[in-house]
Amino acid sequence: MSAATQDTAVRTGRVARTFIYLVLLLFALFYLLPFFVMLTNSLKPLSEITGGNMMSLPQVWTLDAWRSAWSTAQIGVEPTGLKPYFLNSLLMVVPAVAISTMLGALNGYVLTKWRFRGDTILFGLMLFACFIPFQIVLIPMARMLGLMGLAGSTPGLILVHVVYGIGFTTLYFRNYYASFPTELVKAAMIDGAGFFRIFWRIMLPVSGPIAVVSVIWQFTNIWNDFLFGASFADLDSMPMTVALNNLVNSSTGVKEYNVHFAGAILAALPTLFVYIVAGRYFVRGLMAGSVKG
Amino acid sequence: MGFLDISHVTKSYGKVQVLHEVDISVQEGEFLVLVGPSGCGKSTLLNMIAGLEAISSGDISIKGRVINGVHPSKRNIAMVFQSYALYPNMTVGQNMTFGLEMHGVPKAERERALADVGKLLQIDHLLDRKPGQLSGGQRQRVAMGRALVRNPDVFLFDEPLSNLDAKLRVDMRTEIKKLHHKLGTTIVYVTHDQIEAMTLSTRIAVMNKGYVQQLGTPKEIYDTPANLFVATFMGSPAMNILPATVVMQNGAAHAEITDSEGVVRRLRFSQGNMAEWAGKAILLGIRPEAITDPEGADRKSGNIQPFANRVTVTEPAGSDTFVTMTLSGKDVIARMRADASVAPGQIFDFAVNMEKAVAFDPVTEARIAG
Repeated sequence: MSAATQDTAVRTGRVARTFIYLVLLLFALFYLLPFFVMLTNSLKPLSEITGGNMMSLPQVWTLDAWRSAWSTAQIGVEPTGLKPYFLNSLLMVVPAVAISTMLGALNGYVLTKWRFRGDTILFGLMLFACFIPFQIVLIPMARMLGLMGLAGSTPGLILVHVVYGIGFTTLYFRNYYASFPTELVKAAMIDGAGFFRIFWRIMLPVSGPIAVVSVIWQFTNIWNDFLFGASFADLDSMPMTVALNNLVNSSTGVKEYNVHFAGAILAALPTLFVYIVAGRYFVRGLMAGSVKG
Repeated sequence: MGFLDISHVTKSYGKVQVLHEVDISVQEGEFLVLVGPSGCGKSTLLNMIAGLEAISSGDISIKGRVINGVHPSKRNIAMVFQSYALYPNMTVGQNMTFGLEMHGVPKAERERALADVGKLLQIDHLLDRKPGQLSGGQRQRVAMGRALVRNPDVFLFDEPLSNLDAKLRVDMRTEIKKLHHKLGTTIVYVTHDQIEAMTLSTRIAVMNKGYVQQLGTPKEIYDTPANLFVATFMGSPAMNILPATVVMQNGAAHAEITDSEGVVRRLRFSQGNMAEWAGKAILLGIRPEAITDPEGADRKSGNIQPFANRVTVTEPAGSDTFVTMTLSGKDVIARMRADASVAPGQIFDFAVNMEKAVAFDPVTEARIAG
């Protein structure tokens, strides 16, 4: 009797599982198809695209389109390729991510371990930053940047992204530190560690998982941002996304689809890289064993 | 003037007062236990000694130095937390020397202190491990080691054993007591467990609702509880409390109660001044071990009174047998020797040691001194 039931259970399990995998496979294919088109077409000479099938593999494999997109393609009026703008983006993203993550960690630390009157209200107000649409702040922000003398510069863009990111990073770190035992902070106080020493020696070393979340989130958002880049950057601080748009839009005759595809992949590579490198640190139980057993 | 002086200390959060005028003076080398139900203010008081909570009014001083408003790290205290609060990212050794490092003690000295304490607590083989790799008992030792390394004036323990399983808790209790004997340090220890309080302390402060109900040696607390709360809180099973009336018979005060059949019975008081209460209602308190079979009665007692009553339930607990009966309408528990032959439903001859009985004023709930 029990053997028969078990048998049925196994069989239904197998059927359900096959179904789930099939659906997952379908979704994966659906998602990967555009990427396949981009990748194959970026490796073809232009004539193959205009004359043939978008879906077919290249007959002549060539990296010309990639070279062109990287260093010689026409971006606006300059034939520089995406290279200088890639650098601009990096110079903007790295400090912006680092600063917003650090400030978020510090805010989360204060909001959970150095509570003060009205801290929850303050936190609630900070959360508003997550809901304000970018478009609303464009004009006031432009005015502020102008007043501070940061208009059209990379530091200006960094400031904008840091200000916009703090809401999210604070949310992440506050919620993470909320479950961090306050007794540890008290113990450190008795041991004689001050505000920053506790943050540096006790809190930050166990913040790995949430720092990774914050970095991934911030990196993806800032790297992919187009609106702020298009609004507040000038030619020598223009980020990758804006340059990509200019690349696609500056036509000097024929549309070089293969170059556009290569450029688009180049623009997406850094975020992909961050996910691959940092993704595995995502769910690490670094807190295990700090409190009771 | 004691080593650690708590004088007129109060604590309030807004309008809510959680500690009322606490006065405790602790001598050097004393083991003071603050015990009480949750919410009685014992942990708040400990945190105030540690400097983790501000003092609303009154003074706390260590070695004659008033430490109100002094930063926790400058009070020369060390604290062991309920959750141990070991820094998860540091090794055991780093955990234990973190405080010394923060106080700028040179490395060689730190290493020496670490080696000494590691040996004392038998954790020297664990120094390179992370807290996550330790068992509960080992973490407990490390937490104590971290306190010991600093060689503080006063040790503060905040329910340090409540996260351990029953057997380990008893072992660690003995360990802490041994350590106290060996080092002779001054300790303030918070617990809600009255057995821990009785076994560890040299003095106990029983607290309830923000008041210190009684401060005294374990024996004083147990034998002459100041009021009904202390009497019922300390001791397991709890002291039996029965409504009774004081009557005079042959010139001696007796407590008049009813047995399981509703028959009026009288037990003679040992206390001389109970005559003043003649005709009045009181609450009679008798500890379970003061009600036994006649052979098990305390031979040194001058006032053993026989008392036949019907047994309701017997609970053999191995070392003792607990016998439940009804007196004055209340369930009363007697603690018998394990081999006392007593069966449920039987009318049994009990022996009540009235020398150990106490009486309480039913209105004020204070013990009637005698």
